[in-house]
Amino acid sequence: MKKVITGNQAVAYGVILSRVDVISAYPITPQTTIVEELSELIASGRLKTIFLKVESEHSAMAALIGASTGGVRCFTATSSHGLAYMHEMLHWASGARLPIVLVNVNRAIGPPWNIWSDQSDSLSQRDTGWIQLYCENNQEVLDTILQAYRIAESVKLPVMVVLDAYVLSHTSEAVEIPTMEEVDPFLPPYCPEYPIDTQEPMAFSVITTPEYFLEFRYKIQKAMEQVPEVAKKVDDEFRSRFSRGYGAIERYGKKEAEILLMTSGTVTGTSRIVIQKLIEKGVSVAGIKIKRFRPFPSEEIYEEIKGAKKLAVIDRNLSAGVGGIFAQELRASLYSRGERPQVFGFISGLGGRDITPELIEEAVRYTWEHPQPEEEILWLGLKK
Amino acid sequence: MRKTEIPSIENLGHGHLACAGCGAAVSMRLTLKALGEKTVMVIPASCWSIIPGSWPYSSLRIPVVHAGFVTGGATASGIRAALNIRGDYETLVAVWAGDGGTFDIGLQALSGAAERNEDFIYICNDNEGYMNTGTQRSSATPMFAWTTTTPVMQPKENPKKDIMAIMADHQIPYAATATIAYPEDFLRKMKKAMKIRGTRFIHLLSPCPPGWKIPSELTIKISRLAVRSRVFPLYEIENGISYTLQEESHVVPVKEYLKLQGRFSHLTDSEIEVIQENVGRARERLMKKAGD
Repeated sequence: MKKVITGNQAVAYGVILSRVDVISAYPITPQTTIVEELSELIASGRLKTIFLKVESEHSAMAALIGASTGGVRCFTATSSHGLAYMHEMLHWASGARLPIVLVNVNRAIGPPWNIWSDQSDSLSQRDTGWIQLYCENNQEVLDTILQAYRIAESVKLPVMVVLDAYVLSHTSEAVEIPTMEEVDPFLPPYCPEYPIDTQEPMAFSVITTPEYFLEFRYKIQKAMEQVPEVAKKVDDEFRSRFSRGYGAIERYGKKEAEILLMTSGTVTGTSRIVIQKLIEKGVSVAGIKIKRFRPFPSEEIYEEIKGAKKLAVIDRNLSAGVGGIFAQELRASLYSRGERPQVFGFISGLGGRDITPELIEEAVRYTWEHPQPEEEILWLGLKK
Repeated sequence: MRKTEIPSIENLGHGHLACAGCGAAVSMRLTLKALGEKTVMVIPASCWSIIPGSWPYSSLRIPVVHAGFVTGGATASGIRAALNIRGDYETLVAVWAGDGGTFDIGLQALSGAAERNEDFIYICNDNEGYMNTGTQRSSATPMFAWTTTTPVMQPKENPKKDIMAIMADHQIPYAATATIAYPEDFLRKMKKAMKIRGTRFIHLLSPCPPGWKIPSELTIKISRLAVRSRVFPLYEIENGISYTLQEESHVVPVKEYLKLQGRFSHLTDSEIEVIQENVGRARERLMKKAGD
């Protein structure tokens, strides 16, 4: 069934179709319509889910850590300061190997106060041991949630599904909503390996000495290394069942291009149009959409960039003192490779400023016209 | 001689790491006797994060979920929800938190859970300071007490936070104080709490030999003197309004309680007098609430 729904409604449908057992969340703009929608659905009796309406995001994640240890499927959603407030518990969820799924609606972090989109919230959590998946449109939001549970429960790591504030969260698009009967065989019930059991008492998250701690972290890294293969298998199966798939990255535009434009989130949607237009004007350009940020798809990217001379990256985030985080990750992943195209790191759209077709074209043209970037950070649309 | 009513089951194994004379070890042993095997225990950061032993061992014979410092109330809420989803309404969820994890850093999560009347027993193992990190002051540290962050030249200026009043004002079904010198009383309160659903709160005073600077053989004696001096009165509160006070027949001046503890050895007579007056005022306040 096709319905015209917002990104946040797509999240709610994803949660329902995933037969989530326990939700725990705290309201924050622009995530709020997710928890409102879910509250309505639970109140109407359509879901057997327990919704813990906790007093903070820290407690939201802590409650899910309890529930997930108890052996049931869990969900939460947040944004910005809420995600930052959860930080300690994000480490705990991955360290305890709990397959929790969290939706983060990308929003800038203050001060100054700002409720609009940028990726500084989710990217600040890049080292917490969470898988991170970014979405381009509302269909992808719904589909990614269904896939996220499969990946999380397979590798025993939590997954963060990320969508842009307002551009997706509050914007309506046509979304194909699968039926429960279609989703159930794709996403069977969660079968935890070690749920809490008084017949077989176990201690969870026990203090671990230097003698063993390193090995616990090694296992998390190994689980992360399984993600590309597991996620591909899940995506392939999803594609065969629902005729839609996403991959870790997606290349579009010219087959052989001198310039590649790398984007994530909704900027990709705009870039598709810009790139098509520029190709028609004779620019040798293609686009790469990065969906999976953690684990970083170095292999997948390297395969797709062969032959390109320059990579333009548009970052809707800033790690002050370094620059854009996607650009930084890309540079690091290319360093050990034989072929290393020049990386042009653009920063744009912080705090929800529109990344317009004109700005994207400016980035591509700059990259086209310059043999190398004149500065480490190239600001798009900066008022001087 | 009266026969003891304390159950013989032992769910605290050998080889735990508590200090000699640790009040919290006696407290945990009694708690486990009361709770029985059909219990999950949440332990936010506290002495008992360490005492059960390090991976891959545990000296507790029930499922234990070690949890973030702040999260006692929240983690327990989540576990309860998971058990309910699994159709297991029988298994009891208990939280064992220190005074730091209850009075201070964990108060928000506990308040949130109590307001939702989450179905668990919350035991605050109160040793009146951050003892696991080497005796720093908490809001449960008594007035004028020495700690490493309230040195004798500048001891704690403020009285101990009244956590029972805070919990009672959440109108939870049951709250009670207890301490290890009165094990039958503690077990009776635990049994009573276990028959009730909703948030139940036990404020359990556990003397700490290194933190209170007391000889390890005096733990029980000091626990008893805390009650006899009315520094730590024993009482119960049902639904936030119905108080039951236990009258102590052998009342002693606070000096009897304070003089055995190195953390109070710097006190002047006038400071002891201030503490005595505060104890009197606290008692008046409690009596007023109890409607006596």
